[in-house]
Amino acid sequence: MTTTKQPLSHLDWLESEAIYILREVAGQCSNPVLLFSGGKDSLCILRLAEKAFRPGRFPFPLMHIDTGHNYKEVIDFRDQRAAELGERLIVRSVEDSMKRGTVVLKAADESRNKHQSVTLLEAIEEFGFDCCIGGARRDEEKARAKERIMSFRDEFGQWDPKNQRPELWSLYNARSHKGENIRAFPISNWTEMDVWQYIERENLELPSIYFAHQRDVAIRSGSIVPVNVPLVSGEIANPAKAGEEIINMQVRFRTVGDISCTAPVISDADTVSKIVLETATSTITERGATRLDDQTSDASMEQRKKEGYF
Amino acid sequence: MSNMTTQHNDSLLRFMTCGSVDDGKSTLIGRLLFDTKTILADTLTQMTRTSEKRGLTAVDLSLLTDGLQAEREQGITIDVAYRYFSTGTRKYIIADAPGHEQYTRNMVTAASTANLAIILIDARRGVLTQTRRHSYLAHLVGIPHIVVAVNKMDLVNYDQAIYDKICADYLAFANEIGLAQSKVAAGHDISFIPMSALNGDMLVDRLDNMPWYTGNTMIEILEATPPAHSEHAEPFRFPVQFVCRPHASDNHDLHDFRGFMGRIESGEITVGDAVTVLPNGYQSKVKAIQLGDEQLQSATTEQSVTLLLEDEIDTSRGDMIVKTAEANEPVKQIDAFVCWLSETPMSTARTYVIRHTTRESKAKVSAIHYKVDVNTLEEQASVDLKMNDIARITFKLAQPLMIDSYSINRATGAFIVIDESTNNTVGAGMIV
Repeated sequence: MTTTKQPLSHLDWLESEAIYILREVAGQCSNPVLLFSGGKDSLCILRLAEKAFRPGRFPFPLMHIDTGHNYKEVIDFRDQRAAELGERLIVRSVEDSMKRGTVVLKAADESRNKHQSVTLLEAIEEFGFDCCIGGARRDEEKARAKERIMSFRDEFGQWDPKNQRPELWSLYNARSHKGENIRAFPISNWTEMDVWQYIERENLELPSIYFAHQRDVAIRSGSIVPVNVPLVSGEIANPAKAGEEIINMQVRFRTVGDISCTAPVISDADTVSKIVLETATSTITERGATRLDDQTSDASMEQRKKEGYF
Repeated sequence: MSNMTTQHNDSLLRFMTCGSVDDGKSTLIGRLLFDTKTILADTLTQMTRTSEKRGLTAVDLSLLTDGLQAEREQGITIDVAYRYFSTGTRKYIIADAPGHEQYTRNMVTAASTANLAIILIDARRGVLTQTRRHSYLAHLVGIPHIVVAVNKMDLVNYDQAIYDKICADYLAFANEIGLAQSKVAAGHDISFIPMSALNGDMLVDRLDNMPWYTGNTMIEILEATPPAHSEHAEPFRFPVQFVCRPHASDNHDLHDFRGFMGRIESGEITVGDAVTVLPNGYQSKVKAIQLGDEQLQSATTEQSVTLLLEDEIDTSRGDMIVKTAEANEPVKQIDAFVCWLSETPMSTARTYVIRHTTRESKAKVSAIHYKVDVNTLEEQASVDLKMNDIARITFKLAQPLMIDSYSINRATGAFIVIDESTNNTVGAGMIV
């Protein structure tokens, strides 16, 4: 009975698991949506969705919650990719929530990142989505290490770490009652390195700002902060402060999100394979290097998740 | 770590750690991540800061695995956490489960996806009740490779006699519960290792405190363990997850396309193989196997693919495609070991939903044969099932299921019990 079967490589295994999870969502949920930001993790998920459902159409639309403060290169790329795939893209913006009065900024230059939760919950209610597929990974942050593949959220979009469904084998339970919601994470078990290796293997295109480029930055409390960033709207985000020294530096982004909380790293990696090498030798975690919003406290991600953050 | 870009063909191993904080479990995991250079500078800085805040003199590696605020406040780990590291030749996923008795359900959860379990024993305390519990559960959940790690050897002067005695005690007990017997079953094994997670002896580095031990280090054991499904030929089992019928597509070639999408849970399939679709029993042949744009000649366990059949067969999610020569008979009654996961006890009066592969059926308990005391392994008569209890139960099913015995096939032998009023997962079952 003994055979010498060749096991799947780790990338093939991760790919197969993610395809399986996407198909479980399609099989179990009646109105799912795929959250798509144009970032590297969600671009991997798009490729996985192609492998899961082609030659059919995706059994869900794509949706982006736009803070209005996203990098223009990423927004353009988002639109281009959705058009190439021929899939429906829904965009809902934090600015509309601000107009409705459901998001109130304490200060005009406050980060809008955490306010995405409100807009997301409004969109879930508007479309009646019962499941949101996202690109979160367990290796990103401590609070995510115990996250389920299918994570249950109550009517208020809240994540209760003490009230999550046990998840055994690959028998995922994506059932929900009306008003409740499941967040599904097909690349839970991927690390940053896995993502880059997959991008390399699959030859995935990425927004240009993931690669080394020249950019105006300032140094604020030890972090590199991009300044005078042009937005899709024509406005400028993160204007340099009076008297602040502007430095033109060669940088790239390891994560991409709202401009107010995504900082670049100094890098000359201008190809995917150089990025893979750089990731292998990096001494700083992805979020540690680049997410200004996680540095507030050891528990800040957990706090935001409880409030409905993705 | 030098040639990361060429590592696309690494294999993957999932393992779990059993033990309590006192056994140094968190330190073991912290040490594995630390010595394989998975912990990066900023995480270390954060750990150092927290260690100082708690008044510790050295960095507490166990902080790495204490995840949530609530847990840190209570100083305990209350849920399964997943950790990742890579050695350059293999990627690892660790399921880190708390070891206390009231967390049996977490151990069962962690064990369900593991192919190896590290059972920690404190060298000063030897084989304890919890060692028996952990071993029994690892055995029940079908983990083929058990590593008994005698930790804290530094606290017993790295004394070989103490280590040898603990190994002998463990083997005696393993024989009792049939663990060692299953060693005879191909692919199951128990290995022993002395170590100090705190110092790093015998983990990634051998160090020179135990020259009398010439066996493999922990990382050598992990590297040499065969991945799941690689050790025996298994029957082909393909639960249908989703049916792809793009007949409304603009592409006329696709009007008759009917693809059965799913993951191969066990076995292999080749174009031309004769297959049967269960439970209806329709027969056909495999016309094509696809993975994205790729046409495959054959596919193997754990691959997610799309199967096209020669004949037009009415098939939907929940059906199972098997090789005709290996077809299993659909059943409407199952006998299983069930671990109860919910705070609400099981009720024999209620109807539950059982999810097995991609299929669901309503189910009622027809008999609770006995409950197993996870500490003494005694069988006790019982009329109910509370959280963390394990019992042998017979269910009556409304719909037929295509099952295999769990000891032969973990994918088609496992099921979960769902309470429809809350939609919660309330039980985990392993078919006898």
